[in-house]
Amino acid sequence: MTLMPEESVRGLPPTVDVLPAPPDAALPDEPLVVIEQRDAWLSIELAELWRNRELLYFLTWRDIKVRYKQTVLGAAWALLQPAFMMLIFTLVFGRLTGAVEHVPYPLFAMAGLVPWTFFANAVSNSGNSLVNNVQLVTKVYFPRLLMPAASVLAGLVDLGFAALLLGAMMLYYGIHLTPQIFMLPVLFALITFCALSTGMWMSALNVKYRDVRFALPFVVQLWLFASSVVVPSTVVPERLRWLLHLNPMSAFIEGCRAALFSTPFHWQALGIATALTMAGFAVAAHFFKQTERSFADFI
Amino acid sequence: MRPIIHIENVGKRYQLASERVAYATLRESLVGSFRKSVNRLRRRAETAADRAFWALRGINLDIVPGERLGIVGVNGAGKSTLLKILSRITEPTEGRARLYGRVGSLLEVGTGFHGELTGRENIYLNGAILGMKHAEIARNFDEIVAFAELGRFLNMPVKRFSSGMYMRLAFAVAAHLQPEILIVDEVLAVGDAAFQKKCLGKMSEVSQNGRTIIFVSHNMAAVQNLCSRVLWLAGGHVVEDGEPTRVIANYLKTTLTTMSQQTWPDPNAAPGNDRVRLRRAAIVPAAAEFEDHFTVRTPLRVEFEYWNLVDGTALDLAVVIRTEEGYPIFSAVSGRDPRWAGQRFPAGLYRSSFEIPGNLLNDGVHRVDVNFRRNERQLVYRLDDVIVFDVTDTAEDRVGSFGKLVGAVRPPLTWTTTLIEEQLEADTPPQVVESAR
Repeated sequence: MTLMPEESVRGLPPTVDVLPAPPDAALPDEPLVVIEQRDAWLSIELAELWRNRELLYFLTWRDIKVRYKQTVLGAAWALLQPAFMMLIFTLVFGRLTGAVEHVPYPLFAMAGLVPWTFFANAVSNSGNSLVNNVQLVTKVYFPRLLMPAASVLAGLVDLGFAALLLGAMMLYYGIHLTPQIFMLPVLFALITFCALSTGMWMSALNVKYRDVRFALPFVVQLWLFASSVVVPSTVVPERLRWLLHLNPMSAFIEGCRAALFSTPFHWQALGIATALTMAGFAVAAHFFKQTERSFADFI
Repeated sequence: MRPIIHIENVGKRYQLASERVAYATLRESLVGSFRKSVNRLRRRAETAADRAFWALRGINLDIVPGERLGIVGVNGAGKSTLLKILSRITEPTEGRARLYGRVGSLLEVGTGFHGELTGRENIYLNGAILGMKHAEIARNFDEIVAFAELGRFLNMPVKRFSSGMYMRLAFAVAAHLQPEILIVDEVLAVGDAAFQKKCLGKMSEVSQNGRTIIFVSHNMAAVQNLCSRVLWLAGGHVVEDGEPTRVIANYLKTTLTTMSQQTWPDPNAAPGNDRVRLRRAAIVPAAAEFEDHFTVRTPLRVEFEYWNLVDGTALDLAVVIRTEEGYPIFSAVSGRDPRWAGQRFPAGLYRSSFEIPGNLLNDGVHRVDVNFRRNERQLVYRLDDVIVFDVTDTAEDRVGSFGKLVGAVRPPLTWTTTLIEEQLEADTPPQVVESAR
């Protein structure tokens, strides 16, 4: 039995309960957990995340279950959000632009709005996820990354509903699919990644600066207009178009349209966007990890 | 025996000012995250040196398997910080702790419960949050439901539960957590006596299976019953560590004399939350002529200084004075002040006080709880035993007997005794003595 040095020795050596203690052999030789000030430069501990996959599932499930509780329309909101936006855009911009890229404007807008609505909701929900779950962050341990991740994943269900509406519109307008459609899941995965990176940044910043809560809706609004949702990127003058390339969402949304309407992909823009998303994810993950350990102290 | 928890020189420092600085200078910080401005660095250095505060320092501890460690200490002694470090919620600033077993921590009853979800759904959610596997929860499901006495309410949203049902369900889930190390913080402070008894019973049952328990409580009887070893913390250091009866006795002896006044100069370290924080709680003689120890005759003033952090809250304090055993004697509500009754409090620092007239309290130890409320009913923050004070007897008042008078209070009631009729003859009825206030 190790005696405790310094002040604790003032008491007697701890009384050891001889009753029902498991034999020494039951203890592992290596500690399961070492608690200390960790190096901030560690990358995300994948093993730890994997161990907690059930919790990720439950948190996602909770977000889905709770989202439309005590609403009259329930999950129909997942359809109404993009549908109303499409109507408004069609009224405002439809006349100006007419058919875009040989596709009727309502369908053009919807094809952008479905992924966009998912992205926007995912970013704002995950951006507020840590702050909205203060009692979890301060009272129980789990990899904090699960919180924004669950918020993003929960949005996928809405995306599924909205995609059905989009499919119905495609049928109505008589658009035929080609093998290009197989790019769509890839693009959705990239959009999910992009939302998760942004959500990680925002949620970690939000812990310390509640300004994020107020700034986030504006940022998302502005982002919408820079993401080729309303009008195609071709509207932007050639010499300014490189600016759009800095926004991965613009390329992804145009990519979604290309996959749906079988127009050519803009591979260069997609490549840049993918690289930016991956780099953004790495930086966001590092930032999140670095601030994670002080979440409970600041929130 | 090899320890299951090995704690080595653990310390936790809080930067008191950093939160404020951060909120005040978002712009600076934003700039700083791209380019560390000299200004910001200078500011950081200043605050780090001036306003650092060690909540816990130099903790060395070995806990062997099967041990049931109780941690006692006044508010702010570092108990919760230690539990939070061991639960991995916050990281230690220095030192390390090695855990050789799975940890389940229960720092709050019902963590992660969602009001919109049903009892059944919350069992699964809460179980997962506490670290149980889905299969584990499913296996224990019936037992949990039985322990919580939920019955037909199982499929009702928990927001419609009574607080008792809510608490029972929450504890039931936690009680079926089966880690090697169970960390429990003051969860027994909530709930009624029957519930507390049930929880304690469950916890000692858990410990019989050789599980290691770390238990923080202000309830000395619970600590005494449950624990095989007690650790007394004060000011972030270990004061004493050892046999429960002795440590608890020493702790009570010391705290009782030192807790008639408590001051927390820094709003960030003070007890409270984002709505109110306590700066000072004290009981003092109401008039200067009285000495510093209180006799049953001393008029006393109970004072609270606190920050109201949310502008426009209709705040009031409900203070309960209890006997040493915890039996409530009376309560006092600050909303009775006609100048503030129902008013909205601007954010700021306040002092509220009331006087306890002399010749009211009995001699002995008294405990004071404070409840901050808003709109006269919603509990904002509660702190038990914020003041503990001793009232001593005065010899002059004693008529013959020397034991403590029975009762929670000892008002000097005026007796009147009148002889109604003098007994003249032996066959008249015995004398009747009328007594009145």
